Amino acid sequence: MEGSVAYDSDLNLKATELRLGLPGTHEEQQAVSNVRNNKRPCVENETAPPPKAQIVGWPPVRSYRKNNSQPVYIKVSMDGAPYLRKIDLKVYSGYPELLQAIENMFKFTIGEYSEREGYKGSDYAPTYEDKDGDWMLVGDVPWEMFTTSCKRLRIMKGSEARGLGCGV
Amino acid sequence: MMNYFPDEVLEHVFDSIASHKDRNSVSLVCKSWYRIERYSRRRVFIGNCYSISPERLIARFPGLKSLTLKGKPHFADFNLVPYDWGGFVYPWIKALAESGIGLEELRLKRMVVSDESLELLSKSFANFKSLVLVSCEGFSADGLAAVAANCRFLRELDLQENEVDDHRGHWLSCFPESCTSLVSLNFACLKGEVNLGALERLVSRSPNLKSLRLNRLVPLDTLQKLLMRAPQLVDLGIGSYVHDPSSEASNKLKHAIQRCKSIVSLSGFLEVAPRCMSAIYPICGNLTTLNLSYAPGLHGNKLTKLIQHCRKLQRLWILDRIGDKGLGVVASTCKELQELRVFPSDPFGAGNDAVTEEGLVLVSAGCPKLNSLLYFCQQMTNAALITVARNCPNFIRFRLCILDPVKPDPVTNQPLDEGFGAIVQSCKRLKRLSLSGLLTDQVFLYIGMYAEQLEMLSIAFAADSDKGMLYVLNGCKKLRKLEIRDCPFGNSALLEDVGKYETMRSLWMSSCEVTLGGCKTVAEKMPSLNVEIINESDQTEFNLDEGQKVDKMYLYRTLVGHRKDAPESVWIL
Repeated sequence: MEGSVAYDSDLNLKATELRLGLPGTHEEQQAVSNVRNNKRPCVENETAPPPKAQIVGWPPVRSYRKNNSQPVYIKVSMDGAPYLRKIDLKVYSGYPELLQAIENMFKFTIGEYSEREGYKGSDYAPTYEDKDGDWMLVGDVPWEMFTTSCKRLRIMKGSEARGLGCGV
Repeated sequence: MMNYFPDEVLEHVFDSIASHKDRNSVSLVCKSWYRIERYSRRRVFIGNCYSISPERLIARFPGLKSLTLKGKPHFADFNLVPYDWGGFVYPWIKALAESGIGLEELRLKRMVVSDESLELLSKSFANFKSLVLVSCEGFSADGLAAVAANCRFLRELDLQENEVDDHRGHWLSCFPESCTSLVSLNFACLKGEVNLGALERLVSRSPNLKSLRLNRLVPLDTLQKLLMRAPQLVDLGIGSYVHDPSSEASNKLKHAIQRCKSIVSLSGFLEVAPRCMSAIYPICGNLTTLNLSYAPGLHGNKLTKLIQHCRKLQRLWILDRIGDKGLGVVASTCKELQELRVFPSDPFGAGNDAVTEEGLVLVSAGCPKLNSLLYFCQQMTNAALITVARNCPNFIRFRLCILDPVKPDPVTNQPLDEGFGAIVQSCKRLKRLSLSGLLTDQVFLYIGMYAEQLEMLSIAFAADSDKGMLYVLNGCKKLRKLEIRDCPFGNSALLEDVGKYETMRSLWMSSCEVTLGGCKTVAEKMPSLNVEIINESDQTEFNLDEGQKVDKMYLYRTLVGHRKDAPESVWIL
């Protein structure tokens, strides 16, 4: 019985002040919500969004479109950070934007890039794993080549980082 | 008096009647008109491939040249229909091939198209000219290779949003040197590489090529060469559009694009570098159709700047990343806009950039010619819908999808009954409507009362009782397709007027309250309907309890009884 409290219109919810709507909500809306059967998404808490991903076929977007529009998420790890982050590569139009975003995300600075010396001026070097499984320095190849071959990012720190770009 | 006209004269008169509806009416006038019409009929549209058989089609229209077929129900697009449900084109192609009909054009939507079908097609019709596949599946590059190799007079190969199984294969190289008739080539949905040299040569020898849509793997320098060879293009789909704006390649591209003065339709940008869009500006002033719905990388200022160049736009497909502000730019720039589709860029997420009712109101105010809408949004208000209804009384298609399926008006916390009510009352020519948000029986009362021209209605998570469905069935005289999911409609609504379903193409009901017994009753009373129960659960046997709720029911009128190709998960009552 308890499980259906939110949906049973026979209980005088107003009297017990258990309401689905904001204070002052029209009576009708509450009755309407109560009729929904338990296949409906959970609307007990007005402010919490329902678990959209759990409703099959909703929102009504063709699978073709869903499969071809998903952002290209890649993991970003930073040495010493407790957890990883994920970013959508498709959103950035070039290296400066990407590096700025990562700097903001992990609260650090990356330094100046040069082809000869890699990233100078900081303890960090942004690297990525490419399709062949090799760890490469971010910035060497054209942006579009990078976005299609980058599988994950790793911000290296310390001596490992300084080892890169030393005339390797 | 008409009896004294020789048949050839009537045929000549009928030739000028193009619309299917009109030709159908003509055939009903009298026996001789029926006879003349059927021999002179060249194009046939079949909205449900199971409503008639290929044999009967061939028997009636021996002069058939163009056939359009649709297979799976619309909700198959959203994974609500098992993959093996049906909609196979092979039996049609086989029957047509064996009949000696001179098929020239085949247009398929939501059908299963095997490589075998395509091969048979390519070898059976000497004059075959046009193949259009929309949202189909089941074929690979091998089938395409057969079409390319064997259809000597091919004009059109148009692949729209198909799920192609196998992306390897050099199908494009299979077009013989003698093939110079191409007018339209669209392979944007293919994931595999094509032979770039073969593509360049094909375009070079196709002087009539008007429409070219490339896939993601056609690189920029190839695009530039293709444009140089086909400056007469009217419709262009760009695959990859990533380059350095300051490079030589970019300059060459700009020059090539500028030569294409006839391009009025632009799409694709499957991979895009936003800062390169300025190369496109020279042709933006001519565009009437722009589809950027597969270009999530394009947003913000770069996007709005592009749109500001497109003053003649009539059709715009875009992602909700454009935001309300961006829609404001559309409203102030695109005064000729007739169709707008705003898709969700992130169907499962919070959608920070998503659009709200504000964007829609802006567009409705700025674009009075708007008549077709598909709008995915975070929220909608009654006030906004009422304003939109007042600004745009010309809607023919109005499809609104609020991402949270039962969301009320966030300002008033009311259901959206009044808003949609205003739409149906104002838009007297409305033919297609999709509802969402919190809705009670009231909105259906309005629909039944006002939506006199409504042909297709899609309902999800709405209504309080059977009354909702009854209002619609009783009121909408022109209803052809009704699709319902997750609504409290049960047997009394379903059974109120079973004769109505014979006037419609189809009815879909899933996760509603109808029971097996109710569905059986419909099937018993109406032998002209196929009533299909789709059960995808693991049980090997259907529970025969009449009181059991049916998960998915799909019924449709048919002249040929039960189909023989249903899978195990489908039970035809």
